Amino acid sequence: MLLVLAVLLVIVIDVVRNGVSRLTLDFLSKGPSEGMTAGGILPAIVGTVAMVVLMTVAALPAGVATAVYLHEYASPTAVTTRIIRVAVNNLAGVPSIVFGLFGLGFFVQFAGRGIDKVFFGGAKVYGQPALLWAALTMAVLTLPVVIVATEEALAAVSRDVRLASAALGATRFQTVVRVVLPQAVPGILTGAILAVSRGAGEVAPILFTGAAYFLPTLPHALHDQFMQLGYHVYVLATQSPDVDATRPLLYSTVLVLLGLTFALNASAIVVRSRMRRKLGSHA
Amino acid sequence: MQTLAFTAVAAMILILIFIAKEAWPLIASPVIHKEVTLARMWFAQQWPGYDGPEHIWQPVSEVPKYAVWPLIVGTVKVTVVAMLVAVPLAVGSAIFISQYAGPRLREIAKPTIEFLAGIPSVVLGFFALIVMASWLQSLFGFDSRLNALVAGVALSFAVIPVVFTVCEEALGAVPRSYLEASVALGAARWQTITKVIAPAAAPGIAAGIALGLGRAFGETMIVLMASGNAAIISANPADSVRTISATIAAELAEVVFGGAHYTVLFALAVLLFLVTFGINFLGDFAIVRMKRRMGVLP
Repeated sequence: MLLVLAVLLVIVIDVVRNGVSRLTLDFLSKGPSEGMTAGGILPAIVGTVAMVVLMTVAALPAGVATAVYLHEYASPTAVTTRIIRVAVNNLAGVPSIVFGLFGLGFFVQFAGRGIDKVFFGGAKVYGQPALLWAALTMAVLTLPVVIVATEEALAAVSRDVRLASAALGATRFQTVVRVVLPQAVPGILTGAILAVSRGAGEVAPILFTGAAYFLPTLPHALHDQFMQLGYHVYVLATQSPDVDATRPLLYSTVLVLLGLTFALNASAIVVRSRMRRKLGSHA
Repeated sequence: MQTLAFTAVAAMILILIFIAKEAWPLIASPVIHKEVTLARMWFAQQWPGYDGPEHIWQPVSEVPKYAVWPLIVGTVKVTVVAMLVAVPLAVGSAIFISQYAGPRLREIAKPTIEFLAGIPSVVLGFFALIVMASWLQSLFGFDSRLNALVAGVALSFAVIPVVFTVCEEALGAVPRSYLEASVALGAARWQTITKVIAPAAAPGIAAGIALGLGRAFGETMIVLMASGNAAIISANPADSVRTISATIAAELAEVVFGGAHYTVLFALAVLLFLVTFGINFLGDFAIVRMKRRMGVLP
């Protein structure tokens, strides 16, 4: 146990020590310059945020609906319920590179080319790596996170509240939408935060669906490519022409990414413990 | 709402369909068969300029060679190293936290493990590549700075949280009556844990290990950055390796769309999907059975 803690500390200390020197306001607000040896990583931050927002907008409705169906409507022993559960659990275990290939094969090649044929007369607009496709691929990847967190939130809402609502004559749908879901919002929020944290860090799914190393402009349309923090770390670490010159930028980017992940996880924990405390007083 | 609920099922089915669709020409297309067939990938082939039949993965060359065994050996080597490091640490920590630790230590340990689980794999790969590889090389004097050992150790940091979470849950689900009966019979703490609680939690611990194994098999970024990316067959953990996932990630960017290399990479993805699906399915099945036995599930 202590060994694990020690390793974690070593990683954090090393990154902070080497990365904090470059962490100025300029770094966070300017783009890279001089071949990635100077400047900042603003485009990567913007790209990451844009993709994550799109991903959450796509994943939340589907994830919450699945969790609500599984918890409020479905019979626990029915075959369909079991199939959905198996699918959710296994979706969480699919390798991230397989998601990337799925995104390439389904979203970019199939859906993108289809859209191009129908709306753009064959011109290559959506049939290539794009922000939209990367976001949708990540949405599928983080779907299990949202589902599990939402189910946990729904289970925490006490049964008395549902019975009271039914006693007042509400239909199941009304109960779910007006009574249960509002109480489950903190848990759903936790799920969203954890999904965002996962989405900001995963690189393999976006390798072929939208991420780029250097773009002259910020992404401003759904079919644009985008820079991303994790992808930036990967390319800087493995394909940089001058390793020593780009190392400070690399460390600082890792620091920003780790800081973002840590902040998101910490806020998810805070939201979860506050929710437990509040609901604990109701039960 | 019912239709939205099937998104996860639809996703699994679509994933399999669409990667199999891109890999299908490997079985069906005579054009591809001139360069490579599914059967030839599994057996040593005689290439011009070599003494005897060899398993070689060298898709980018004048004579493209597609042997799948070097990649499988690489994946297995890295996974074995990762599991050998991760399982003792994770199971040991789970036993310590659930049986010995006081509530305050538990409050520190849970968020720590969650934070470790939240570290992006690209950061772990970065750490392995930049820091750990040099450190391990100065310690052991490897020939190759990036090898299966470095990648395996880095991979274990990603596997530990998975195994720990499931094992801790399994150990916590053992009924308290077991513990009380054992103590009543006069057993020491250590005897109770090894002879009563751990065996009772064994299915859950096995399931946790299975899920960790699935995670190790499919992990991409860490091995892509830290394993040296050399597709060779060797038993030495200090040699560079190439795993299936790293191969796909590294080579897909440069392939001709629809060509033999492209098709083979998608076929590798199908293999990866089926293997990890099988491992995870068995692991989940065991967890569900354990929960049902413990009375948590209907």
